[in-house]
Amino acid sequence: MLAITLAAATVAFVVIGTLWPVKAAEFYLGRQHLIRSNATPDAALQNLGDELKSAAWTRAYDSLANKTSFTETDFLHDLVGAYPNLRTYSKLQKFEFHPLHQTDSDAEFQVKLHWATVVGDAVTTRKVHLVHNGNGWQAEWPLTKEPTLPPQVIPVNYLRWDVIYRGAGDEWGTQDVDAPHVKIVDMHPVQRAEGMVIMGELLNEDVVPAYVSVTATVMNKNQKPIATEGSFDKISHLLLPKAITPFLIKFPEVKLSQVASVDMHPFSQLIPASADPVIEIQNEKLNPAPNASLTGQVVNQSGQIANIAHVLGTFYDQSGNLVWVADQYVDRALLPQTPVPFTIHIPEDLARKISSQRTVVSTYSMGGAA
Amino acid sequence: MRGSLAALAGGVMLAAAPVLGAQALTVPKTVDAGSSFSIESSGSGQATLYIVGLGGVVQREVQTGSPISIPEGTLFNAGHYIAYLSTAPNDVASFDMVPAKVADVSFLARPSRLPVGLRNGITGAVYLFDAYKNLVTKPIAVNFDISTPNTAPENRSVQTKNGSAWVALDSSPKEGAAHFVAKAGGVSVVRVIQQVPGDPCAIKMSAKPDGKSIALETEPVRDCSGNAIPDGTVVTFTQNYRGGQTTVDVPLKRGVAKVEMPAVPGANITVASGVVLGNEIHWGK
Repeated sequence: MLAITLAAATVAFVVIGTLWPVKAAEFYLGRQHLIRSNATPDAALQNLGDELKSAAWTRAYDSLANKTSFTETDFLHDLVGAYPNLRTYSKLQKFEFHPLHQTDSDAEFQVKLHWATVVGDAVTTRKVHLVHNGNGWQAEWPLTKEPTLPPQVIPVNYLRWDVIYRGAGDEWGTQDVDAPHVKIVDMHPVQRAEGMVIMGELLNEDVVPAYVSVTATVMNKNQKPIATEGSFDKISHLLLPKAITPFLIKFPEVKLSQVASVDMHPFSQLIPASADPVIEIQNEKLNPAPNASLTGQVVNQSGQIANIAHVLGTFYDQSGNLVWVADQYVDRALLPQTPVPFTIHIPEDLARKISSQRTVVSTYSMGGAA
Repeated sequence: MRGSLAALAGGVMLAAAPVLGAQALTVPKTVDAGSSFSIESSGSGQATLYIVGLGGVVQREVQTGSPISIPEGTLFNAGHYIAYLSTAPNDVASFDMVPAKVADVSFLARPSRLPVGLRNGITGAVYLFDAYKNLVTKPIAVNFDISTPNTAPENRSVQTKNGSAWVALDSSPKEGAAHFVAKAGGVSVVRVIQQVPGDPCAIKMSAKPDGKSIALETEPVRDCSGNAIPDGTVVTFTQNYRGGQTTVDVPLKRGVAKVEMPAVPGANITVASGVVLGNEIHWGK
């Protein structure tokens, strides 16, 4: 009897929920806005944020006050890029805003868009102006027009390395190509609030390109391993001959005081690679605390579009000692000769110690070329 | 497997043994692997000959009293063998099958690539085998020769010990593919060792104005032995100016690295490759 009652109630609730869904459920299904009124600037922005979160680009575009100034495609390219990049496969996770000023007829808000990408949170900050018209408030989107490349042929004649390994049919004793020689030229463990960190620099001292990574095993006083961690993406994995990359290895569960010694294991493998594209880092500037950062622009000097760029900063004190390693992914494709800004945040407590830096960029081009 | 072969041979021997007069076998003391040889037997009548060793077993119906011929290629694994007739299982003759002449040189040359001028940087190890893959254990002179274009060849002769010999040689001061040859018993094997330039030495760049930019170019980059650093090697140009910095990592192309940077009056421009620093230019006001 109880089972029949429960089954009947379940069917009844499903029918009611389907015929008269609550607003929140409709929003999560992507059918409706959670907030429908544009009576306040906050509500208008909230609606815009909800539309962007649900990738309802057309509805978001239609809600803008300045939509006649640009096309929906321009708007879409501004949000996710015209060329494949980190944002292409991301989703707007969080839409934060806070007012800068407001009157009866207009308002200005600082908006932070948190994009969930494969490498973590990518944050974009915009100042959005809102105007009040007869029907309520509408946002004016501060469009940053994505540059597009005119059709052209750009000759590129940089080196490319290909590798032929020994084959299964080769006789015993036939030599193979050796892995590239790499060397750790700097290593420094530090204790941070989030755990122990080992940072350093790795040099490819060979004449061939190398795919590199670094793992470290920390040992206690009895030479027993405590933990082993790798550099993961806190390293530039492709090293051309004589190139240097910083690396950073995090040990979140380890305290420096527990550690008596560290075993470092640089790994290198010979890989096919290209010397293209060449990336220039312009106008690098160390900005002091508060909000200490390294800012600059990366410029692709080659003809190939670099879809994803990873900027790694190595920071030194006045004596040239390594102080910190930090990175940022650029969430825009690097078009030839088109500067794209980057900002690498530096921990406030370390910012005062930093007097110089070195920046490297690794790029990934879709279609397989590294 | 060997045990079961021996047991099988013994079983067959006992089952087939007819009672005849005393018979004895005379075998050579040593036999070259794979070669034909002859076994003398005394007595008369039919018997089964067994030759048993680690590397094989031969069973053959023979007429005793006349030489028993073992054709070429019948036995070829080096080692100790025993021979007996089914009619006289306790009359065992033994001989050693020794490796034949060198037919194969296994040559391990390391590394495949190394910088020029490295002392004992190249190692070569050889293992000598006969045509049947037996390790040739008797001492044999192995000649190691290494030659790089435009440099005098270097050679070394080493006697093998227990079938192997090795040598360590310096890399040449000149870059290029070195032909590393190991020769033993008329057989030679070649390996190629790529000798590559060392670290850049004294990188020198020059700068000239180019509109709103500075055109920077290095002189051909060479190592300390005068070898050209290979294309693709990264050269880093860094421009430091009041409150800012611009960096470009440029791969060498045709021996030189070129880049254009924004012209900032008062800037200091440095050039480096790996851990080697070059000259510095002050871009005047």
